[in-house]
Amino acid sequence: MSSSRLNALFERCRSEDRSAVIGYLTAGDPNPELSRELLLTLAAQCDLLEIGMPFSDPMADGPVIQAASERALAAGTHIDDVFALTRDVRAAHPELGIVLMGYANVPYAMGFEQFAERAQAAGVDGVLLVDIPPEEGAICDAVLRAHQLDRILLLSPTSPDARIALAGEHGSGFIYYVSLTGITGADMGDIAEIHDKVAHIQAATEMPVCVGFGIKTAAQAAEVARFADGVVVGSHFVTTVAMADDPVAALQEAAADIATAVHQARGGDAG
Amino acid sequence: MPSQPVDFANDLKADFNADFAAQYDLEIKHAPDAGGHFGQFGGRFAAETLMQPLQEIEDAFFAAWADPAFHAERLDLLKNYVGRQTPLYHAKHLSAEAGGAQIYLKREDLNHTGAHKVNNTIGQALLARRMGKRKVIAETGAGQHGVATATVAAMFNMECAIYMGREDIRRQAPNVFRMKLLGAEVIPVDSGTATLKDAVNEALRVWVANCEDTYYIFGTAAGPHPFPLMVRQFHTVIGQEARAQCLAQAGRLPDVAVACVGGGSNAIGLLHPFYDDRDVRLVAVEAGGHGLKSGAHAASLAVGKPGILHGSLSYLLEDAEGQVQGTHSISAGLDYPGVGPELAAMLEAGRLQLDAATDDEALAALQLLTRCEGIIPALESSHAIAAGLRMAAEMTPDQIVLINLSGRGDKDMGTVFELLGDQIDGSVQDGGAA
Ligand SMILES: Cc1ncc(COP(=O)(O)O)c(C=O)c1O
Repeated sequence: MSSSRLNALFERCRSEDRSAVIGYLTAGDPNPELSRELLLTLAAQCDLLEIGMPFSDPMADGPVIQAASERALAAGTHIDDVFALTRDVRAAHPELGIVLMGYANVPYAMGFEQFAERAQAAGVDGVLLVDIPPEEGAICDAVLRAHQLDRILLLSPTSPDARIALAGEHGSGFIYYVSLTGITGADMGDIAEIHDKVAHIQAATEMPVCVGFGIKTAAQAAEVARFADGVVVGSHFVTTVAMADDPVAALQEAAADIATAVHQARGGDAG
Repeated sequence: MPSQPVDFANDLKADFNADFAAQYDLEIKHAPDAGGHFGQFGGRFAAETLMQPLQEIEDAFFAAWADPAFHAERLDLLKNYVGRQTPLYHAKHLSAEAGGAQIYLKREDLNHTGAHKVNNTIGQALLARRMGKRKVIAETGAGQHGVATATVAAMFNMECAIYMGREDIRRQAPNVFRMKLLGAEVIPVDSGTATLKDAVNEALRVWVANCEDTYYIFGTAAGPHPFPLMVRQFHTVIGQEARAQCLAQAGRLPDVAVACVGGGSNAIGLLHPFYDDRDVRLVAVEAGGHGLKSGAHAASLAVGKPGILHGSLSYLLEDAEGQVQGTHSISAGLDYPGVGPELAAMLEAGRLQLDAATDDEALAALQLLTRCEGIIPALESSHAIAAGLRMAAEMTPDQIVLINLSGRGDKDMGTVFELLGDQIDGSVQDGGAA
C-alpha cells in the first residue's frame, strides 16, 4: 500500500533493469535560497530525493550532515521553509519521489496530524524518521497512512530476522538498508556482506530495498546498484556543496557522475 | 558470561555481607511496560542500528537482576569498594538556620569518587563484563559520571573513553584530570552547545559504530529503555537506605524527600523507594539558572513540554519547532534540556512536586552548608539544599526534610573560586592564600 508515485518509480526502474538514484540534501543548507537551487539541481538527476529536516541534535549523523543541520538552522531555516522548498521541488518534478527525512522531535512538536497534512500538501510521498522504530510507530503510523504518506523504515547489519519481519509489517514504500553499523558519512561496509544482507531482506519483503550510508564514489554507487533497488548518496553531495566555490555547478557534476554510474551499473562492465 | 562466577550462598555464609545484602529489596516495583513506557513517557526512540544492542542490554539486565551471583558481587563492591551504606546525617546546625523542620542529609557525597554516580557505574560495568564487552564509553557533564565510569573501568581492566562537552571540560578541569589519571581517554565534544546533551549525541554516535565490543554506560535515569529502569534500580540503594535510617534514627518517615534533577538519577534513586509512602512528599529541584522567566535555566519539568530526545519521550526544553534549546546552570551536571521519563510520569500522576533553585540560591546554600556543618556540597546538590532549606523554614520542628546530598563540592572549587574568590580571600585578611 505504498504511494503511487514511489510504486511507479520503482517499477519504472525495474522495467529498465536498474537501481533508483536517490540523493539527499539537508533543506536550508547553507541557506534557504541557495538550498532551493541545490535541491532542484539534485532532483533533476534523481529518481527520488530525500530532503533532510534540520534538527539541533542529529544523533545518527556524522560530522558532515551535522554541520549541514547547524548551517541550515543558523541561516534561519524553519519548518515552513522545509515545506516551501519541498513544494518548489514538487512543482518542478511531478514524477520525482520525495521523502522527508529527519528526527522525531520536529514532527512531534508540530503534532503529527498537522505535520502529515502539510507534508502531503507539499507533495511528499514518504517520511523517514530515524528515531521512530516500528515499536514506537503508534505515535505516527495511522496519521501518516491517513495522509497517503509512506512510512520508510530502516534496517541495518544488526537487524535480526525478527526485525526484518517487523519492518516488513510496519513499513511501506521501500526499505532503507543502512550499509554499515555507524553514522552517516562513515566508510562504506564490505560490499559482499552488504550484498548478502540485501538479498536476504529482498527475499523476506515485497518492498524495494535501497542502500545508503557511506556511498561516496561513483564506483561504490555502481557496485551497490548491481543488486540494490536504490542507491542513496547523501554526505558526498553535502560535502561537495560545502567545499565548492560554485556549489551548484559542483553538485550538478557530482550528481551526474553518480547517476551515470548507477544507470550503467547493470549494463555489463561499467564501473 | 561472568568471568569469575561467584557462589552467592557460600559468599554470604563466609563473610559479613549477609546482613548488608539483606537490607535491600530487589523486587522491581512500578516497572514500565514491556516497551519501557512509564505512562505516555519513555520508550525506545532509537535508530534501527541501536535497537538490537539495546535489546541485548535489556535481556542481560533482566537476567543479571534475577541472578543472585550478580547481586552478591554488586553489593560486595557497593559495601567494600564504594563504602556503602552512606550515612544519614541529622544536620542540626543547618536545621537551626532554617528555623523549622529537622533536616537530614543522605550523604552520597561520601561514596568513593564523591557522588552517587558510582552506584550505577558498578552495576553497569558488571553487566558489561557479563556481556563480554571489553570497552566502555560514557558521556559526562560535571565529570562525576565520567570519573565514576573511569574508576570502575580501571578496576575491571576495561578500556574507557569519556565524551565531554568542551564547555564542561573548562568548568570541571579537576575531574578531567582525574579521568585521565584513571586511564580513560577524555574526548572533547564541540558540536551544538558543547555541553552534556552534545556529549550524549557523540557517545551515541560512537556506540552505534562500535556496539559489537563496546558497552555504553549511560549516566542518568534517562535515554532509551532499559536505561531509565536499570539506572533507577542501581540507585534505589539510596532511598532504601535512607528510608530505613530515617525510621531508625527519627522513629518515623520524613515528611518531604528532596533531590536535585539533571537527568534524574539521584532523584529517582532517593525518591522511588518512597513512592508508596503516600504521606511523604517527593520533590524534584531543577536548575533555575538566572530564574525560570529568564530563559536561562535547565528546568525541563517545570518549563518544558513533552518531546523526544536521546531515545525517550519526556519533558524537554525546546523551541516552538522542536529544536532543542541551550540550557544554563551554574552546575554542569544539571545543565541538560531533558529529564528522565519516570520523573515525568510521576509528575503527571501527581506523585512528584517541582521546585527550582537559581544559581545564586545554590551558591548561597553551598556556602551555608559549608560554614555551618563543615560539608562542601557539589553545586548540583546545592540546588536541593537551597530548596530543602526553604521548605524546612515553612515547617515545624517535629517535621523532617530529607535531602539527597548527591555529591561533594571538590570538583566545583574552580567555579566557586571564580565567583566568590575575591570576597572570601578579602575576608581572610592575611590568611595565606594568594
Ligand atoms: C553530584 C551530582 N548530583 C547530581 C547530578 C545530576 O544528575 P542526576 O540528575 O542524574 O542525578 C550530577 C551530575 O553530574 C552530579 O554530579
